[in-house]
Amino acid sequence: MLNRQGRPTQAGEAAHAEHATFTGNKALQQVEPLIFEIGHHEATGVDIDKPAPFKSRLGKHARQGEIGLPGLSEPEAMRHYVRLSQKNYGIDTGLFPLGSCTMKHNARLNEKMARLPGFSDVHPLQPLSTVPGALDLMLELARYLMTLTGMPAVALSPKAGAHGEACGMMAIKAAIAAKGEGATRNVVLVPESAHGTNPATAALIGFSVKAVPARPDGTVAVEDVKALLGPDIAAIMLTNPNTCGIFEPQIVEIAAAMHEAGAYFYCDGANFNAIVGKARPGDLGVDAMHINLHKTFSTPHGGGGPGAGPVVLSERLAPFAPVPFIHVENDKPHLIETRGEAPAGNKPFGRMTAFHGQMGMYVRALAYMLSHGSDGMRQASEDAVLNANYIRAGLADLMSLPFPDHPSMHEVLFDDEWLKGSGVSTLDFAKAMIDEGYHPMTVYFPLVVHGAMLIEPTESESKAALDLFIATLRDLAMAAKGNDKERFTSAPHHAPIRRLDETRAARSPVLKWEKPAPAKAAE
Amino acid sequence: MRYLPLTDTDREDMLARIGVPDIDALFSDVPAGKLLKGPVDLPRARGELEVERILGKMAGKNTAASAVPFFVGAGAYKHHVPATVDHLIQRSEFLTSYTPYQPEIAQGTLQYLFEFQTQVAALTGMEVANASMYDGSTGTGEAVLMAHRVTKRRKAVLSGGLHPHYTAVVETLSEMANDEVVALKPDVSANEDILSQIDDSVSCVVVQSPDVFGNLRDLKPIAEKAHAHGALLIAVFTEVVSLGAVVPPGAQDADIVVGEGQSIGNALNFGGPYVGLFAAKSKYIRQMPGRLCGETVDSTGQRGFVLTLSTREQHIRRDKATSNICTNSGLCVLAFTIHMTLLGQAGLARLAEVNHANAVKLADALASVEGVKVLNDSFFNEFTVKLKKPAAEVVEVLAAKGILAGVPVSRLLPKAGLDDLLIIASTEVNTDEDRAALVAALVEVL
Amino acid sequence: MAETRYSKDHEYIRVEGDVGTVGISDYAQSQLGDVVFVELPAVGKALSKGGEAAVVESVKAASEVYAPVSGEVVEVNAELEGAPGTVNEDPAGKGWFLKIKIKDAAELDALMNEAEYQNYVKTL
Repeated sequence: MLNRQGRPTQAGEAAHAEHATFTGNKALQQVEPLIFEIGHHEATGVDIDKPAPFKSRLGKHARQGEIGLPGLSEPEAMRHYVRLSQKNYGIDTGLFPLGSCTMKHNARLNEKMARLPGFSDVHPLQPLSTVPGALDLMLELARYLMTLTGMPAVALSPKAGAHGEACGMMAIKAAIAAKGEGATRNVVLVPESAHGTNPATAALIGFSVKAVPARPDGTVAVEDVKALLGPDIAAIMLTNPNTCGIFEPQIVEIAAAMHEAGAYFYCDGANFNAIVGKARPGDLGVDAMHINLHKTFSTPHGGGGPGAGPVVLSERLAPFAPVPFIHVENDKPHLIETRGEAPAGNKPFGRMTAFHGQMGMYVRALAYMLSHGSDGMRQASEDAVLNANYIRAGLADLMSLPFPDHPSMHEVLFDDEWLKGSGVSTLDFAKAMIDEGYHPMTVYFPLVVHGAMLIEPTESESKAALDLFIATLRDLAMAAKGNDKERFTSAPHHAPIRRLDETRAARSPVLKWEKPAPAKAAE
Repeated sequence: MRYLPLTDTDREDMLARIGVPDIDALFSDVPAGKLLKGPVDLPRARGELEVERILGKMAGKNTAASAVPFFVGAGAYKHHVPATVDHLIQRSEFLTSYTPYQPEIAQGTLQYLFEFQTQVAALTGMEVANASMYDGSTGTGEAVLMAHRVTKRRKAVLSGGLHPHYTAVVETLSEMANDEVVALKPDVSANEDILSQIDDSVSCVVVQSPDVFGNLRDLKPIAEKAHAHGALLIAVFTEVVSLGAVVPPGAQDADIVVGEGQSIGNALNFGGPYVGLFAAKSKYIRQMPGRLCGETVDSTGQRGFVLTLSTREQHIRRDKATSNICTNSGLCVLAFTIHMTLLGQAGLARLAEVNHANAVKLADALASVEGVKVLNDSFFNEFTVKLKKPAAEVVEVLAAKGILAGVPVSRLLPKAGLDDLLIIASTEVNTDEDRAALVAALVEVL
Repeated sequence: MAETRYSKDHEYIRVEGDVGTVGISDYAQSQLGDVVFVELPAVGKALSKGGEAAVVESVKAASEVYAPVSGEVVEVNAELEGAPGTVNEDPAGKGWFLKIKIKDAAELDALMNEAEYQNYVKTL
């Protein structure tokens, strides 16, 4: 007898039209409500015993009434957040060429090390005699950072890049005040191509900002800087390599001009990944530079932090470093936590944050450095630069390079000249990349070119991955220049959600969940 | 090198495709003589095992909180974090994602930020909350700057109960921006006269509750006086678990509330990374610092979330931005949100109750020790005691006995004449044995 | 008879007697994109020519609106608070920002008339 039982084993007919599902789910992509819509006020995912009766010492301060927050049991919470995670793109998902953000591989060894109880489970104010290893780690990280930058001092405590910028600029302000020029030197030069944080930082600490024009080749020229110099100029904030992905060729002359005019050179180190182990900011005349540990040294971005932004300082600025810092005397490290305890010669300008900074990030960054070593870090920078230039070589005939006269460093900048007349914008192009499985590059930054597309592949990509990326961008570019506008203007088509209405979000902001008004009872 | 996928053959092929003879040709803009010839003077690459050995050795020299009876607080607290939290935050899609600039592929991040903002608003009793600051101290600095923008005045009054590190952060920022600060002297017994400091020149009054000495403060009269003079009340907390048990600052008419969220979901980490909570009355949202996540719809009408009101921020407003903050505390926010979701209001209230119960038990036990005086009238899970010997010395002796007894006030305020004061915290992690060990050791030492 | 004059920063002022109604030009609103928020000065505030009078925000940009002439603010368009999109829909009409009591009518001479402004926009 023939056995007619069992399941069909062929793929079946391809559907011509996509069916909407009853649930709104799309297999692995599940619609997930907010916790406020699925949780209950009585529910909890923890088991904590009620304490034995005791006499409260809260006095009149005891809370009355409900907080108004739902809870979820553990399985519900697990599923909720796993489903949310599936709506996110990470470095582990695919190529993440977000210019100026250095989305390189995040080694899990670093996560494991940061979770050693000796690092993660120590309190910042427990007796220092019980945390000698924590001070060792900070000193070792400082040694690596100072060696790689060729700078004599480092303030570890800033919590992110912009916080590091503030720290460096405060040190500059303190140094100027110490020279008795506080009232007169209050202007900071910032190139037009700078990160928005630079002018924001300068303004935050009471400087006014003067823009340095960008040259047609994407660099800053020493004569343009010199033309602006005077007794009112406190510093220049210059990113190097700059936000166009170019190493500033006149950086040494610019530094010298600043110093000659009695001013300081703040370098935005966001793009340090291009030159680690290849060139040292200390050799270029830099007075202060923050280092984004969450970019260059691979601590995870975590959906927007936490980061860490230690600042290396020149001899002239070192005495003004904020507390806390470690002072080594007779081979013994002392943590200096208040201004009053500072040893002679130190004039700390103040404190950036409670406690000692981002220890969890220090551990991860040091694990990265120990793993790579001096040779590996140099190789990583070379590979990052090689990868960016390889992408540039693969796309330059189809897309337009605003600054073709300089080699790119770790990122390559295109503008939208090549899209003119296509009806496709930089944003449309970026959204179509999402459909192809890529995270878009940085778009519309830097502001000095029209419709900017800033591509930073990092050293973490293989040649095969780059070849596929280039081929995909070529396909997209051809489609954009051809007659395939719809592919772009309504993209993304395949992401968990379609293009979002940002105007609506900004015109009438809804910033938290509100209990819906009860539906009117039927009459 | 295990992290670098390119092979030497790849590199040669790629250089040929680019059309340069060697890698240094791509570094041709580096000024002459400034390009390093070889690796810097640091050790060469190491395997995982070696790195684990080096870092393991350093970690091993530190005394972990879980290993001993532990009563250290003063701005950071040892709590139990459910295992689920650390598992979830290490999901690749959370851990290795960026700030959600492309909302279509970052709805996971955006939705938890929206949930976080709602949770923080509810906990603090405020109308709106942002998507986090670096930590409580930097958040307090930003709150003062925000108050200056709102009131167009430049003078802050800081309570003597504010954590000294927070005071220092505000003082530093203010000194740099040429703003005025009146910092009241350390106020152990919570009876400072802050009301008399408030007049029409004041932008904001900053008051912490529970304060750094553990006292619970009545914020309402301060809010009333501040408002009568056109000033704002900034309420600060360093122990977010307290909000499960005490009247929230929003119910006391605070204008801005800022606090440290480390206690929920996050480890001690020797001081960072932590997560700053920041909430305000909704009329001030356009003056708020930091990222805000808002609800909207996509082109098909489906609900979604985006970063919004970004015209306040540095990448658009540049030197007119409300703050220079960019990266904040994304993953610590996630840990907070997951832990808070697991707790729910029922779990949080219970957790707070246990904390308070443990602290009361400890305070009662210490009150009977000769040479120890508990100074607080009211407290949550932390209080200050006066010892008959310098607290720093006592803490050292107890540390040598394997007990971490608390934070000597002199650690935060050296030369303030408060050397005999010790700040002691007790959370749910402390057992009866822990408390007995501390009491016994103090009896022996004092 | 009302006359409208324009600044190089794309503010217009429609003059009726000694009061001028200030807003942003149609060109300006089209360049800004969807307006989401308008910050207006307090009534009674003294403005000087070229000084910041208001702030207009779209999703992606924030711009200062400068006073085209000196004078005192006598009225602001409170409707914009709830309906900032009016600036896009009817910049010359319902989307006005503020009314200013003109201090020195001579300052108007330095501004462009309709035809001059239209020519100016073509050069951008």
